[in-house]
This record gives sequence, structure tokens and C-alpha cells, in this order.
Amino acid sequence: MSKIEEKLFQDRYRVDADRPHIQIKDAAVCAKCRNQQCTVCCPAGCYSREADGTVALATDGCLECGTCRIICDEHRNVAWEWPRGGFGILFKFG
Amino acid sequence: MAEKFDVIVVGAGMAGNAAAYTLAKGGLKVLQIERGETPGSKNVQGAILYADAIEKIIPDFRDDAPLERHLIEQRVWVMDDASYMGTHYRSEDFNKPPYNRYTIIRVHFDQWFNKKAREAGVLTICETTVTDLLIEGGKVVGVRTDRKGGEIRADAVILADGANSRLAVKAGFQPEIKPENVALAVKEIHFLPQETIEARFNIGEEEGVVIEMAGKISAGMMGTGFLYTNKESITLGVGCMLSDFKEQKVTPYELLDRMKAHPSIAPLIAGSEMKEYAAHLIPEGGYHAIPQVYGEGWMIAGDAGQFVNGLHREGSNLAMTTGMLAAQTLIELKVAGKPFSAANLAGYKQKLDDSFVMKDLKKYRRMPEIFHKNKQFFTTYPDLLSKAAQTLIRVDGVDKKSKEKEIRKSFVESRSLFGLIGDAFKFWRAVE
Repeated sequence: MSKIEEKLFQDRYRVDADRPHIQIKDAAVCAKCRNQQCTVCCPAGCYSREADGTVALATDGCLECGTCRIICDEHRNVAWEWPRGGFGILFKFG
Repeated sequence: MAEKFDVIVVGAGMAGNAAAYTLAKGGLKVLQIERGETPGSKNVQGAILYADAIEKIIPDFRDDAPLERHLIEQRVWVMDDASYMGTHYRSEDFNKPPYNRYTIIRVHFDQWFNKKAREAGVLTICETTVTDLLIEGGKVVGVRTDRKGGEIRADAVILADGANSRLAVKAGFQPEIKPENVALAVKEIHFLPQETIEARFNIGEEEGVVIEMAGKISAGMMGTGFLYTNKESITLGVGCMLSDFKEQKVTPYELLDRMKAHPSIAPLIAGSEMKEYAAHLIPEGGYHAIPQVYGEGWMIAGDAGQFVNGLHREGSNLAMTTGMLAAQTLIELKVAGKPFSAANLAGYKQKLDDSFVMKDLKKYRRMPEIFHKNKQFFTTYPDLLSKAAQTLIRVDGVDKKSKEKEIRKSFVESRSLFGLIGDAFKFWRAVE
């Protein structure tokens, strides 16, 4: 397991299967993005760079902080909503 | 829901619970909506509770609130990779009740606070996300939720929905958050036997220590680290400005792992069991980033209104106070039989201006910009201070005068004489 997976393994979630609350609006925009900083800044490591130069997003481990949406301020390519009520991260200690 | 309420409070964090509790005590009919499974399950804080703010709302909170330790010692560390240099302030005066500051675990505290609100008459519904404000003729008249038939009406809505106030942005009440106005903090909670914590920090039962950190742990970014002692656990984390995170290649979790491995920190958490990793945004824009906080039928409280004093690490007390003041504004209008119009809700802004909330934020209004433009306070100076201390302390046959000369030279070479004078002035301007 990578370092971030070991951390997230300690967290409690209720995953809303097949209903991601965050989506990349246009994959082509990410492919042209020079820094793809979401792959660095997301504290849950939800974003990763693909071999074809695009960015893949898996929201299951999302900590709902909002970083990805705010740092994508040049492209505004992140469609970001809260998960449905009761779903997503459920902090035990917070 | 066909029922109509005087007020809907969105969120069950510090601001939302303070507002809902105060409103219900004032005799208003309150609905509180929380998206988490329980109050607190979406909330993250260090966390330190400032007694003064909660005491003004629930004077006897100490009787049953879940408090971890009262703080008797504050440490401030400036760090490089191998060292820390710092001040420790410990006083027996902090050990006399009523205590001034406590460590808390937010999920536990929020559940307690919300129970108090419900006992006062608040109806709290959880597992419900508010998706939009209902706006008719320019006036907020309720909310739309993700529940079936989820429109609920009220005479006023208090937005206490936290650092990412999607509702305020969607409604056009405030612009999207800028990376330079917000910090990302990551933290972990580590469990250890109570006696181990007390031995490692030289404290007795129920006594606690805070360590605030700056320097190399933020990897050149504008940011700080923290470590708090709880009863049977230690919370530690690091936060940096998003505008800085954007410009570098260290992930937030790598930054946290480096901090945990620091030779001054690793022994404090050795042998512990990590039980949760969390991330959260902290509004850091200060006075100039505060948006319009009221309008026709709506008010904003807590992190949603950017009410955080970054320099003093105060946020939860500002959240509670703004929530309470928003509620008091509505109670006064209700008693006077006046509508919740923007003109009348301006009384909330007046209350904020008269309180420590806006007075403190105004005092430090220059700080965010000065620190943004002068990273040397987070990079060059910690290094210089550490080297200077080491030069002075190490006994190696070099005479003291030469050592002092070497230290002076290191400061002037790094920042130039004018740079040093300018930095001293800037630092003073930031905190004056």
C-alpha cells in the first residue's frame, strides 16, 4: 500500500457507489494543463496522471476539503458538489 | 416538508450549533440541517476550545461537555531539518479553574453541542444536504435539499456551512474562494496510553500542552504546524496556503510524514496508533476577504464568512460568536415584530463590528498580504535563527566575538542590512 492508502485505510466512509460528487468537466483541458497540480495537492491522492496525459479521478477516498476545485482556478475544470446527505467521509474524531 | 420555520440553520458545526441553540433559547422555531451522518461527522479542527466563547452561550458547559485537557503550556517552535528553537510558556495560573483553553475532539464536542441545541428546542435533521437557497423576489425564503420534496421555507436562513460555502457562492453572495485566501491543513490523531502522554510532556492528569511550529516543516510555503495533547491521544498536523501548495511538488501527506519524522517530534508520537487522517480548509484571507455577511432573509456565520484570526489560530471561537450574534439579531427583530430584511439584518454587521471578532480581524488586516509577499519569514529566518543558536551554543575554541561577527554576517548576507530593517518593519506592520 502506498503511504496515502495506509492513511485513508484508517478513515470511515459511506461510498455513494457510481455517483461521484466531483467530476472532471473536460478531459482534454486536463491533458493540456501543464502542472496538473490536482495530482500533487489533493490530500487524499484522488487525482492521478494517466499514461495518455489525461488526469484520472477516483472520489472514493475524498476528504471533502475543496482543494481541487479552488486550485483549478485557471481552468475551472472541476465540477464539485457535496456528496448526498449521509454519504462520503464520516469522521470519527474530526 | 410543509411546515414553516422562523429560521433554518445550515450546518451543525460551531457556528451552526451556536446559532441554533441561541435562537431556540430565544423562543424561535428553528430547523437545523446537517449533511453528515451525525453532527460533527463532517467537521475537522485541531482542536482547541476557547472557554470564553462557549461560556457566553452555555455558561455551565464544563459540567458535561466532552473536554480532553486544559492547557497549561504553550510552546512555539521555529524549526530547521535537525533542530527547533523556541519559547515555552507554562504557568500554574493556567492550572486554576475556571480554565481558559481546552483540547477537544471535534466530533465528540459537536455531538454534545448539538444535543444541547435539541434540548433547547431545535429540530436537527442529519444526512441531508442543502443544495440551493430558495430565492423569491430577491429574498431568501428557504432551502432546497436532496431529500424527496425537499423544499423547506423559513423567514430567514443562517449559512453556517463551513469553509466551502457552496450555497453562498451559488447564490452569488460571495465569489469562489481564491487559493491565496485559504490554507489546506492535514492532520492525524495518534493514540497512546494516558500515562505515556503525561510522562512525555511532563504534565499531570487533565493538563495539556500545545506546540505551534514554523520553519522548514512548511517546505518553503507560508504555513505552520501544530501538536495538541488530548487525554489519550495526540493530534498533529500541518497547514499551508493553497496558493503556495499550487506552486510546488510536495504532497500534503508527504509534508505531514516529514513533520512526523522530525527528530524533535518523532519521539513524542513513538509507539502510537494512528486512527484517523483528515484534511480541511482554513480561511486565512482575514479582514479583506470577508464577504457581505447578510442580505434579504440571510446571514453568514463562522468559516463560511471567513471569520478566522490566522495569526492567533482562532476560528472556532469566532464561529461560535458570529453564530450567536446572528441569532441575537434575529431574536431582537422577532421580539420587535420587524421583518428579516437586509436593512434590519444590518444590525448583525453592527454587532460584529462592536465585538472582538471584527476588531481583531481589522487589527491584523495587513498580515496576510505581508506574509504572502515575504516568504523569508517562513524560510530564511528560521534557518538563520537555528544556525545562530548553534554557533553560540557549540563550544569549539572559537572566541565569542568572532562567533557574533559570523552570525551578524550570516544575517546581512542573506537579507542585506536594508532587507533586515525592512523585514523588521514589515513584521511590525503585520502584527501591530
